[in-house]
Amino acid sequence: MIRDHFRVLVVDLGRGRGRIEEIDGRDRVAGGSGLAALLFGKYGSTDLPWDDPGQPLIFAIGPLTGFFPLMSKTVCAFRSPYLDQYTESHAGGRSALALRFADLDGLVITGRAATLSCLVAGSRTLAVEDVHFMAGMDVLESGKLLRSMFGGSGHRSILRIGPAGEQGVAMAGINADTYRHFGRLGGGAAMGMKNLKAIVILGDAVFTLPPGKTHAALFSRVYEMATSSGMMTKYHNLGTAANLANLNRIRALPWRNLQATSDPAISGVSGERFAGEALLRNSACSGCPVGCIHVGFVREQFMAQHRYLFKQVAYDYEPVFALGTMLGITETFGVLDILDVAERMGLDAMSAGVALAWATEATEKAMIGPGETIVPLRFGDRDAYRRAMRFLAGAENGFYRLLGQGTMKAAAVYGGAEFACVLGQEMAGYATGEVFFTSQAEGFRHSHLDSGGYSYDQQHAERDVGAAVEFLVRDEADRCLLTSMVSCLFARTIYGRELLAECLQGLGYTDMASGLDRIGPRVQRLRWQLRIRTGFRPGTVEIPKRFFRLENWKGAMDPSYLKELQAAYGRAIRELAAEET
Amino acid sequence: MKILTTPAMNRCIGCHSCSLACARLVHRRLSWDTAGIRIRSSGGLTTGFTAAHCLACLSPPCAAACPTGALSPRQGGGVIVRRKLCIGCGECVAACPVDAIFQDSDGAVYVCLHCGRCVEFCPHHCLAMEEAGSRERGAGTTGEDRV
Repeated sequence: MIRDHFRVLVVDLGRGRGRIEEIDGRDRVAGGSGLAALLFGKYGSTDLPWDDPGQPLIFAIGPLTGFFPLMSKTVCAFRSPYLDQYTESHAGGRSALALRFADLDGLVITGRAATLSCLVAGSRTLAVEDVHFMAGMDVLESGKLLRSMFGGSGHRSILRIGPAGEQGVAMAGINADTYRHFGRLGGGAAMGMKNLKAIVILGDAVFTLPPGKTHAALFSRVYEMATSSGMMTKYHNLGTAANLANLNRIRALPWRNLQATSDPAISGVSGERFAGEALLRNSACSGCPVGCIHVGFVREQFMAQHRYLFKQVAYDYEPVFALGTMLGITETFGVLDILDVAERMGLDAMSAGVALAWATEATEKAMIGPGETIVPLRFGDRDAYRRAMRFLAGAENGFYRLLGQGTMKAAAVYGGAEFACVLGQEMAGYATGEVFFTSQAEGFRHSHLDSGGYSYDQQHAERDVGAAVEFLVRDEADRCLLTSMVSCLFARTIYGRELLAECLQGLGYTDMASGLDRIGPRVQRLRWQLRIRTGFRPGTVEIPKRFFRLENWKGAMDPSYLKELQAAYGRAIRELAAEET
Repeated sequence: MKILTTPAMNRCIGCHSCSLACARLVHRRLSWDTAGIRIRSSGGLTTGFTAAHCLACLSPPCAAACPTGALSPRQGGGVIVRRKLCIGCGECVAACPVDAIFQDSDGAVYVCLHCGRCVEFCPHHCLAMEEAGSRERGAGTTGEDRV
């Protein structure tokens, strides 16, 4: 609740016990990203590998979580199975409010359970339950079973992994309440390593609000901005899938393993097409009235005589890029069908799609064949990709086990590194240019969300290394502030510095509000220090040749500009991390 | 006399804004429990949401079960709550056939007062205040009349 310290539940899965810890630092790091870094510093090891049972899996919320609209995200931090370095992944669903109402600012999970287990945590509950019978169970079936096993319908969050996480696949994500994900950099494998199939967070506490009318009035004002001002229209209407047609138009949408950046077939998988023929309904994270979650449907005839089943699959820009345009799938139901398998298996759809795109081109170039892929891969072949997705999740053979650890790892053995679409991890869907490529390759999470490099590319024609790097550093710090509160980044236009200070002040966080300008940069430094201590070398991430050779609306990439940007951003990160926190 | 109705729950996106508004504005709490309306998924998120709230019984069993008169029938349906009279026995919670009453760990009970404060916070217009006794009440569950 509102307090000058963090209240954190630290659980040891090996003993099935936990303890509440009170941790200082609230005004310095706020929560979320800042708290997660603080907790990794306290409970994690920079010397031991990701799969040491002692390494913590951390979930953290912020001081504004639940108190204001769109303060609805949770930061998950861990030593990445993909990188073997410190990282974060973010998700919403009900996770953030459930943690708030479990009266926890943070949840730290250490140790390894003796059998496949489910952790149940609430304001008055802590249990580690044996769920060995769920071994190999897919994400959706797991959700159904867990809902029947534990109470709290509507006011709980169920985080779980699929077969990919259990297999230790480094592209395995953590599913949050069916439609959201801590997707990237292997959180699912970090959970699987702990023999932890699921985490049920029961949000069953009640808190008294501060006296006076300030909070209610401010809430109403923010609510109005989120629902009536038009600021969130993009997310509310077509959702992030609206970007597909836009990026295709400016020749910045990766197609068929980035062999092209535009294609007339976009009309089959545009946001408009999804909304028109495959959108079933919308959903929301708890505490967010925008409802950006777009749930599509796809039906499957499983037997003759018109026997059908149907699937509900949430789609967004990124999975449509990764499992659609990147794989040459040009119709909505095909994308949803492949995405459904990725969801069930508990794979990060973005990484898995980009990895299979590489495998398809490697097949075209005869570098690999059915001996590796089992099913022949061909761009546009929906059924082949559905099967390959299962092979990837199950680490079916040596090839898939390697590919599941990262496309570059497979390319190191089979060749084809020059056309692996990897920028630190499998790329996000923006062929916008040198600033984005630098941003993802060197960014803290190797994510398009680390800073707005893709946006900078679109707004700046000039090639000014200093200005671009300054933007990346500043924008990352601004986002660190938001992810420490923890706001959805879609609300970054709403939550400016002044409004954040007002919100904090309204809750009594006066010192935090007055020191707001320093929190973002401080958290940014903390995170980079951990990342570097766990092995990251800024400025050295390999950017494959394909990124240097593509063309978009600006024309051909400028290789020397890209190299200069990467070197300069790497220097900036090293300087950042060297500063005192 | 108007009562709270939920004519278009098939539009619900599960944001809990209604519950949070009731707790915030009526009960001065940060909570999704201590509210007159509470949202649950019906069989998981894939099948949508239901709202637990007072359906404004004309002869409320909760009021009949209350041994201290803390709950009494409200004109038009539902109940009036007199907190000072409540001893936290929970009889009303057990008596309600639709699970509309929440009891917190201190024994205090929370039931919809039909004040309508939640309605304006529903982004999809799932909720409405309607005249008690209207034959249309409960109809229009697809929400077509509200587009």
